[in-house]
Amino acid sequence: MTKETLLNAVLLCLLLAVPLIAWVSDEPFIITLTTRAVIFAIAGIGLNFALGFGGLVSLGHAVFFGIGGYVMGILAYHAQTYTPLMEWPFAVEGTKSMLIVWPVAVVVSGLAALAIGALSLRTTGVYFIMITLAFGQMLYYFTISWSTYGGEDGLSIYVRNTFPGLNTMDPIQFFAICYVLLLIVLIGVHCAARSSFGLMLRAAKQNEERVQAVGQGPYRLYLIAFTISGAITGLAGALFADLNRFVSPTMLSWHTSGEIMVFVILGGVGRVFGPVAGAALFILLEHSLGGLSEYWHIYLGAILLGVVLFARGGLYGLLAGREVAHD
Amino acid sequence: MIDSILETRGLTKRFGGLVASKAISLDLRQGEIHALIGPNGAGKSTLIKQIAGGLQPDEGSVHFDGKDVSKLSTAARARLGMGRTFQISSLAMEYTVLQNVVLGALGHRGNVFWFFNNVMKDAELLETADAALTKVGLEDFRNFRASDLSHGQRRQLEVAVALTLDPKAFLMDEPMAGLGAEGSQQLIGFLDTLRHQAPILLIEHDMDAVFSLADRVSVLVYGEIIATGTVDDIRTNSDVRNAYLGEEGAA
Ligand SMILES: Nc1ncnc2c1ncn2[C@@H]1O[C@H](COP(=O)(O)OP(=O)(O)OP(=O)(O)O)[C@@H](O)[C@H]1O
Ligand SMILES: [Mg+2]
Repeated sequence: MTKETLLNAVLLCLLLAVPLIAWVSDEPFIITLTTRAVIFAIAGIGLNFALGFGGLVSLGHAVFFGIGGYVMGILAYHAQTYTPLMEWPFAVEGTKSMLIVWPVAVVVSGLAALAIGALSLRTTGVYFIMITLAFGQMLYYFTISWSTYGGEDGLSIYVRNTFPGLNTMDPIQFFAICYVLLLIVLIGVHCAARSSFGLMLRAAKQNEERVQAVGQGPYRLYLIAFTISGAITGLAGALFADLNRFVSPTMLSWHTSGEIMVFVILGGVGRVFGPVAGAALFILLEHSLGGLSEYWHIYLGAILLGVVLFARGGLYGLLAGREVAHD
Repeated sequence: MIDSILETRGLTKRFGGLVASKAISLDLRQGEIHALIGPNGAGKSTLIKQIAGGLQPDEGSVHFDGKDVSKLSTAARARLGMGRTFQISSLAMEYTVLQNVVLGALGHRGNVFWFFNNVMKDAELLETADAALTKVGLEDFRNFRASDLSHGQRRQLEVAVALTLDPKAFLMDEPMAGLGAEGSQQLIGFLDTLRHQAPILLIEHDMDAVFSLADRVSVLVYGEIIATGTVDDIRTNSDVRNAYLGEEGAA
């Protein structure tokens, strides 16, 4: 077993143990906090797929997080007000079923990523960063002015979406749902990272000229990676809105994009489990430093600076060393 | 008609006032090593870039395997069968030697949009990859990262990756640079047999290598081909002696 697999196992056990202990000792707040970390981890895994594997520095991933959130919010809103989502050309009702909400969130945010990626990936470097940021701001202001769904105030949902056989309003049960989804996403991304696509994509990140010389175009690789990335982050958005039973334009703000990027950088760019460590650390800091000072972001900033300057590989680089190339 | 796989017709490339390629027409025939020699800055790499893609000529066209490929992307030309090695090694530096050759084999096979296979366990790709490593003598370095290789080993890896592409023609930009005497000798022996698999357009500074390997030689000076011919033709050509070989003898 490598250090990395050991660290992965420890991380997953901790993420499971903390809410279980909190459940036994009746501290629902801690369960909710861990659920947040799990959802943020999924969002970070999404961004990491583009940023870590493809080298695509997107500062607009809040868009996909927000789209996932609004998909959930809008479907639930129509379900709880008993109004149809649309009547023409065919009738669509709202829904409170997670098993419908998730796929819709994944598909819609994936399609948005495909469209935004198709345009942004024509640029590179700092222009790519700026254009993803610009798309993010565009959609952010769009949701602010979208009065049908609450505009600036957002949308409140009375009760969480439903899952067959479970009481989703029970914190530990909702946590379980999110945790299982995290595992599924991790397995999928782990497989993709060592697949044919993963090998070619990560080669493109290192050296586009090399990929072209072996007969492959980087653009298609990047576009697919960006789409998958957006879809995963969209799923996290749907869960996040469900957790809070609330969705608002804040989910799409560039501040959110920055936070998702912090998870990835803290944990270790390009490491499959990196964002899980990053998100967990972020929540831990927010919780512990947030208690000390209202201005805890200053400390977070200092830590981030330290990581970027002294521990380029993030937590994973620090604790597990350089990534093993292949087994 | 002579059977040539690659042909350039009147390639001209200007960088501002500098004419890096001046109406270059040359061809590469089946089974041959066509060496391209010329002093530093003559425009050899610039020519290769226009052939392989990545640099669009101002005038002229490139024909490969009977098709005009002038408008095609680098990737498309590679898929048609151009196997290129770079003057300055261009590898996936974080990958191991094995991953780099598997990458080549995968690029050649196509179907890169598989998301759930374990590519480093793909028997077909591994077979191609290992065969290529053995041919260039890197089989003991499979698990080294490209970044940990010596300069010369990287050049060998470049050649190995090109082999995995099973190309119709090799375009090699100074594959021997930095190899050392022994390494050069090995590579010369290898290229000697390789020409029967696919012809080679070979840029090389090492005159001994060129004269022992090449079926034909073209001499490029200030972006212009001043002579093309057999090794003996070139050795005795007075323009070449003045413009190039003479300088080298004096140095
Ligand atoms: N992108 C570029 N922009 C401007 N000038 C360039 C560019 N690329 C090459 N040149 C110039 O064109 C000329 C030919 O360069 P090239 O690299 O093709 O020479 P070369 O024959 O390969 O030399 P060497 O033997 O040193 O590799 C040089 O004078 C070089 O400075
Ligand atoms: Mg050169």
